[in-house]
Amino acid sequence: MASQKASAAKAGAYDWPAIIKDLLGTAFVSLLIMVPIVAYKSVITQYSLVLVSRWTEVFVILALLLGVRLFMHLFVWNRAPSPVAADAKPAGPAKASLSERIGPWVFPLLVAVAFALPFLAGFERRPIDLGIYILTYVMLAWGLNIVVGLAGLLDLGYVAFYAVGAYAYALLSTVYFPYWFGDGMVPWAFYITLPIAGLLAALWGVILGFPVLRLRGDYLAIVTLAFGEIIRLVLINWFDFTNGPQGITVPKATFFGLPFKAGDDGFAAFFGIEHNRIHYYVFLYYVILLLALLTYFVTNRLRRLPIGRAWEALREDEIACRSLGINTTNTKLTAFAIGAMFGGFAGCFFATRQGFVSPESFVFIESAIILAIVVLGGLGSQIGIVFAAIAIMGSFELFRELSVFQEYLPEGTDPVHFRMLAVGLAMVLMMRFRPRGFVTRRQPTVFLKERKAVSGDLVKEGHG
Amino acid sequence: MATANKTPVLTVEHVTMRFGGLTAVSDLSFEANRNEITALIGPNGAGKTTVFNCITGFYKPTEGKIALRHADGSEFLLERMDDFRIAQHAKVARTFQNIRLFSGMTVLENLMVAQHNKLMVASGYTVAGVLGSSHYRRAEKDAIELAKAWLEKVRLIDRADDPAGDLPYGDQRRLEIARAMCTEPRLLCLDEPAAGLNPRESEELNKLLRAIRSENDVSILLIEHDMSVVMGISDHIVVLDYGQKISDGTPHHVKSDPAVIRAYLGVDEEEEEKDALAAKAVAEAVGDQA
Ligand SMILES: Nc1ncnc2c1ncn2[C@@H]1O[C@H](COP(=O)(O)OP(=O)(O)OP(=O)(O)O)[C@@H](O)[C@H]1O
Ligand SMILES: [Mg+2]
Repeated sequence: MASQKASAAKAGAYDWPAIIKDLLGTAFVSLLIMVPIVAYKSVITQYSLVLVSRWTEVFVILALLLGVRLFMHLFVWNRAPSPVAADAKPAGPAKASLSERIGPWVFPLLVAVAFALPFLAGFERRPIDLGIYILTYVMLAWGLNIVVGLAGLLDLGYVAFYAVGAYAYALLSTVYFPYWFGDGMVPWAFYITLPIAGLLAALWGVILGFPVLRLRGDYLAIVTLAFGEIIRLVLINWFDFTNGPQGITVPKATFFGLPFKAGDDGFAAFFGIEHNRIHYYVFLYYVILLLALLTYFVTNRLRRLPIGRAWEALREDEIACRSLGINTTNTKLTAFAIGAMFGGFAGCFFATRQGFVSPESFVFIESAIILAIVVLGGLGSQIGIVFAAIAIMGSFELFRELSVFQEYLPEGTDPVHFRMLAVGLAMVLMMRFRPRGFVTRRQPTVFLKERKAVSGDLVKEGHG
Repeated sequence: MATANKTPVLTVEHVTMRFGGLTAVSDLSFEANRNEITALIGPNGAGKTTVFNCITGFYKPTEGKIALRHADGSEFLLERMDDFRIAQHAKVARTFQNIRLFSGMTVLENLMVAQHNKLMVASGYTVAGVLGSSHYRRAEKDAIELAKAWLEKVRLIDRADDPAGDLPYGDQRRLEIARAMCTEPRLLCLDEPAAGLNPRESEELNKLLRAIRSENDVSILLIEHDMSVVMGISDHIVVLDYGQKISDGTPHHVKSDPAVIRAYLGVDEEEEEKDALAAKAVAEAVGDQA
């Protein structure tokens, strides 16, 4: 835009005529759009169709738009147009020292808050449910982060492994365990199936991996996307095995064999406390918290092992890896398998939490959301992912509650339907202002004297 | 530890590499001797990098045979092996004409990645490593020691914890050599290591390469345009032009070979009489260091 360049060139001094011209242009275009859309609303009364004018709204929106644009002119676009010079030297070290000083405390603090949450929430059902919901996505995103963030392979079908884990639990606990071991084993089904679900998902990760790992970039993304859809379609259509779209009702998990119920053999009776349904949800909350922490610590340890370094090296430069004798096919397969394994664990947990699985839970949009969390958090950053999950899943929840917009929406629409729009907008803004996500600095896995974080613009994103 | 009896470590026999209609390397044969520095030179587009890619398995030669012999007598037919197996088992390491470092990883991490296969075994293929085995921790310590030793040699020890992408160009070149050496290779292939270096840096590179050759059981194959490096350190030079070998011998021999002078100066057949003059020009240009 001409006005931007002009004002930038003067570096500091505002180019008022250009700004005013730009604001007038903005006003003109927005009025052009708003007059037909916002200014009049047709309302069907009992007898006729009347037009209600809403000029106040028009001017409120217009004022907001102009205000934002003026703000941008004065404080954002006005800056010297050399992001390299601005970010690299002067801002870099200062920012680093701040984030490095608080950095080590962020994760322990988050964990402490997470452990205390049921108490902080006064054992209310809603916040605990929300905690379970967010933690599930944190875990999924941490799993996908291995594939996308560390190894740099774009996987759009991650939800397939989530589905494998969920159906592994559903089928084993309702069909196979009663058949093989009798009903006595069913209370233990969750604990026995959890590792099996992970292993099955990892196996599927390898099965998917073999044919697709010769592909790169866009091709890899498309094939993984198709794989995700295939799994879902098989779940829908293989009626005899999966019960098709009707889904499967799944038994609840128990506290190491003690069911959460009112009777004498229940959890509450065993511990001599009064039965309360909330116990089950608190239990689920701690289960997913522990599973997510397992994912975190295992991934963290893997990063410091040769396999993890090879993943990151693969993301940086595949050809250099091969010149150093790294079997890149195996390295990619392990990334797929281990990422899938955590997806499988999460799926198993999801099945028991929902008490019901059906193919509808494993649609593409789930993969997209998990990927969005990884990207928003900052590729490869585990802490960033926590904040991204809270932001995205939290805003989804927020949208459920917003009836403020209701008045302006056509009859029958729900603000919930706009949540993707809002997330999309948030993503666009992120990509514009923080294209590498919340946390862009990479922590090295080994150091001689001091651990210096690597600035995000040196870290590559992988080619698929 | 230059050996008196020259045994070939690498034998290239009748290698041809075609890309569609273009023959980048045609019927090339040469040998590189153990513990020697062999230089591969030639004008731009002569096919030098293509030869490297055939040796290191990144290209499969259309025709021909490439054999590598270790001192213990084991032999590898490189034209049949995958690129990463050549690095892993035949122990051939390389650098790239356009540097390929892991720029988002630190200098030390780059050298740790180079020791992947060794560490992978020590970590029990990750299983023991995840469980925190002390055996792996010891192996990792040794790997860091090796990395440190190489960082001292290439004078990058002070930058060990900095991202590789932050290093200046000359340092990146030396880091790439150190990374290749951390794989403990028997044959080190360097593609234009002096490109972009100033005279002081290339003099330093000469010293480094000589030190590498004398302190390690390694043979070096070198592509280089910088004649002061080539003439200064190579024991043996192979000259390529349009994919064909036009000369092969000691630096002294190659320098006075009319075919080489023709290729470099583009002299016509009829103007042979001017060769003597041209030879003098070349000798001045390259500096008589051999
Ligand atoms: N992958 C490829 N596909 C097609 N042609 C190629 C390929 N690689 C190399 N060539 C061609 O082979 C010829 C030799 O290229 P090569 O890179 O080996 O030359 P070089 O001797 O290394 O030159 P330079 O000194 O410029 O690095 C060139 O004509 C090049 O275009
Ligand atoms: Mg070349």
